[in-house]
Amino acid sequence: MSENVPADPHVAIVTTAGGVEDGALTISDGTPLKRALARAQSHARRKAFLLVLPLLAFIILTFVVPIFQMLYRSVDSPNFHDNMPNMVAWFAQNPSGTEPDETAFTALVEDLKLLKKNRKAGLVGTRINYELPGSRSLFTKGARKAAKLEPPYKEALLKIDPKWSDPKLWQVMRSAASPYTFNFYLAAVDRTRDADGKIVRVNENRRIYLKLFGRTLVLSLLITFMTFILAYPIAHLLATLPLRKSNLLMILVLLPFWTSLLVRTTSWMVLLQSQGVLNDAMVALGIVSDDHRIQMMYNKIGTVVAMTHILLPFMVLPLYSVMRTINPSYVRAARNLGATSWTAFRRIYFPQTVPGIAAGALLVFILAVGYYITPALVGGADGQLISNLIAFHMTGSLNWSMAAALAALLLGGILVLYWLYDKLVGIDNLKLG
Amino acid sequence: MASDVSDNAFVEFDRVQKSYDGEVLVVKDLNLQIGKGEFVTMLGPSGSGKTTCLMMLAGFETATNGDIRLAGRPINNIPPHKRGIGMVFQNYALFPHMTVGENLSFPLEVRGLDKTAREEKVKRALEMVQMGEFINRRPAQLSGGQQQRIALARALVFEPELVLMDEPLGALDKQLREHMQFEIKHLHERLGITVVYVTHDQSEALTMSDRVAVFDDGRIQQLAPPADLYERPENSFVAQFIGENNKLDGVVEGFEGDEVIVRLADGETCRANPVKCGDVGSETLISIRPERVWIEGKTTPNTTEAQVLELIYLGDHVRCRLQVHGNDEFIVKVPNSAGHKHLVVGETAKVSWDAQDARALDPL
Ligand SMILES: Nc1ncnc2c1ncn2[C@@H]1O[C@H](COP(=O)(O)OP(=O)(O)O)[C@@H](O)[C@H]1O
Ligand SMILES: [Mg+2]
Repeated sequence: MSENVPADPHVAIVTTAGGVEDGALTISDGTPLKRALARAQSHARRKAFLLVLPLLAFIILTFVVPIFQMLYRSVDSPNFHDNMPNMVAWFAQNPSGTEPDETAFTALVEDLKLLKKNRKAGLVGTRINYELPGSRSLFTKGARKAAKLEPPYKEALLKIDPKWSDPKLWQVMRSAASPYTFNFYLAAVDRTRDADGKIVRVNENRRIYLKLFGRTLVLSLLITFMTFILAYPIAHLLATLPLRKSNLLMILVLLPFWTSLLVRTTSWMVLLQSQGVLNDAMVALGIVSDDHRIQMMYNKIGTVVAMTHILLPFMVLPLYSVMRTINPSYVRAARNLGATSWTAFRRIYFPQTVPGIAAGALLVFILAVGYYITPALVGGADGQLISNLIAFHMTGSLNWSMAAALAALLLGGILVLYWLYDKLVGIDNLKLG
Repeated sequence: MASDVSDNAFVEFDRVQKSYDGEVLVVKDLNLQIGKGEFVTMLGPSGSGKTTCLMMLAGFETATNGDIRLAGRPINNIPPHKRGIGMVFQNYALFPHMTVGENLSFPLEVRGLDKTAREEKVKRALEMVQMGEFINRRPAQLSGGQQQRIALARALVFEPELVLMDEPLGALDKQLREHMQFEIKHLHERLGITVVYVTHDQSEALTMSDRVAVFDDGRIQQLAPPADLYERPENSFVAQFIGENNKLDGVVEGFEGDEVIVRLADGETCRANPVKCGDVGSETLISIRPERVWIEGKTTPNTTEAQVLELIYLGDHVRCRLQVHGNDEFIVKVPNSAGHKHLVVGETAKVSWDAQDARALDPL
């Protein structure tokens, strides 16, 4: 064997260092080698830290803090707790399941008077309304009339509205009395607490979130698969074409990046809607009749088609960057060794592109799971994803806690999938460029 | 040797031409016959079309014109995987996602051999290149020389009759390269395979080959055993390309017996061996090997005065740069042996050479 076996690195250290004492290496002035090395490196480390400090501060301010705030908001529920002190005290003294007696109603009326004084009736009502729709007016009305009520308060309140005796309402108020709640998470998985505080599924017609999570998962996987099928040949072409032609093709691939997302989505609407270009063409060619135009927009098809197109570059680029580094001589060697072109592809080329596929798939999938604008525009009722519902709670129902819970679940789900992915593919196998 | 090969050639290029772009012929009229068991090297400067020839033989490029035959059969229409030719690539092309063992067993797998037969052959091939204990390593965990051996073993493991090697030692350091040259040569002798070897390193070509085809400009300039190539170059390119060489420009003045009389640039004449000079009046270039020149030795018709310009001491010999017939770059190697005259820079000395050793070739 003519190769040199690399010498034991310690040999070199021992010969240049002062000597071995107590088995620890030292340098010439007697300092232990490890400490000398740490001292020599600490300066460089400090300088490196100062260099990344601006980015670190930026990330903490704009990324870490908002995420934790969002997570906090999903369990934070101060409105009832802060504004109804007498009720909170009563709930603390009486365990769950206690019939609300006169003392309970006295506390309630005292608190309603407080609400009127502090103008917080709407806030508390909204909080209860999240879990028991239709109860907001109960609080506003109660607060308005509380000052004129005479004991016994139970009867007086029930006269205003018999709903005050609803055990479900008392259950909701009891859970709202705690400053923290997991009820938003329960709601986000279509669960609620019944009058006894047991966790049950919500009514059939109100189960929307789990279905939407499922649809988001399925559509995202489908979109990821579609982008893979479409991107693989293009990336291969890009990687093997002569430079001038591949540059031109690359511009075509990147073109969507340079066009506004809205414009791209709208052009899909022009193409796919029932009076759109594609349907018109098919009618003109006699493939479909005029009154059976295919519905390709405002449903799942629209979402999948438009999102596949928009996310395609995120699959093409990692694939391309991996394929470009694969020397064509590997496939030639395989062919020379007796493999058909299919075998050479399957056994030699494809395995080497897996890191690119892994990276592209992860990228597209994560982007797809959180996508909002395209499904909002072309998805109709059928093609909405979970992000659209989060947006609805942010801007429509103003139930930010619910939006935060949904977003946190989405984040957790993605982390779980990422962990699974790491187990199956291996994150260090991944090559983004 | 070339004549007895031609009737019974194992590999044959017959008037092969190749163009990539339809504008330039990269290979122009290639005719080459290689006998079974022969070690033939294609030697030439970079860009002379050597790799292209090898790729046509392996089936990765198609000949634009002409025939390539393997054992008498035209192979132009046979796809690469059915040619059964082993190949060692310049960058080795070891599959990075497979271990050494998997790399070697790949050609056997695609040939449908069963597991025990594969393991047996892989083991034997690895032992042949002394790499038995590396079977479970990945290519990235091997040094350049070790990768080279594995690439060699992979090209041989399925027992091809013909093996192509495209500058297989180009990436190795000098010592390792020389070592591997001998190993490849020994394997060739032991296995009786036919080898077509490509290199731009002349010493590699000379030490390893049965015959060397010197390539330039898409043509074979000379095809000959190494000794002939060095001793009897047939044209100026080969004389220039192989070994060191002193050049004297001149015009053919006349012929006398088997010698040609050439009038040199400085007006003097020189007797030379007419290998490839034209008729009287045509320009020619005389090529003389440095070790065929005497200093202060015997007198020949070609004895002339020379001025010593530079001396370089190289241990076993001294390299002298002289001015001879107006040429400042005339090199002579003076052996550092006892009793040899000591030269001094600036003095003149008498140099001479035999007419047979001065080869009158085509002008450059
Ligand atoms: N795939 C190719 N496409 C176009 N031109 C090529 C290609 N391969 C080689 N050439 C050209 O053909 C000539 C010969 O190349 P090559 O056979 O690689 O020479 P060598 O191996 O002797 O260095 C070079 O001028 C090179 O630029
Ligand atoms: Mg080459």
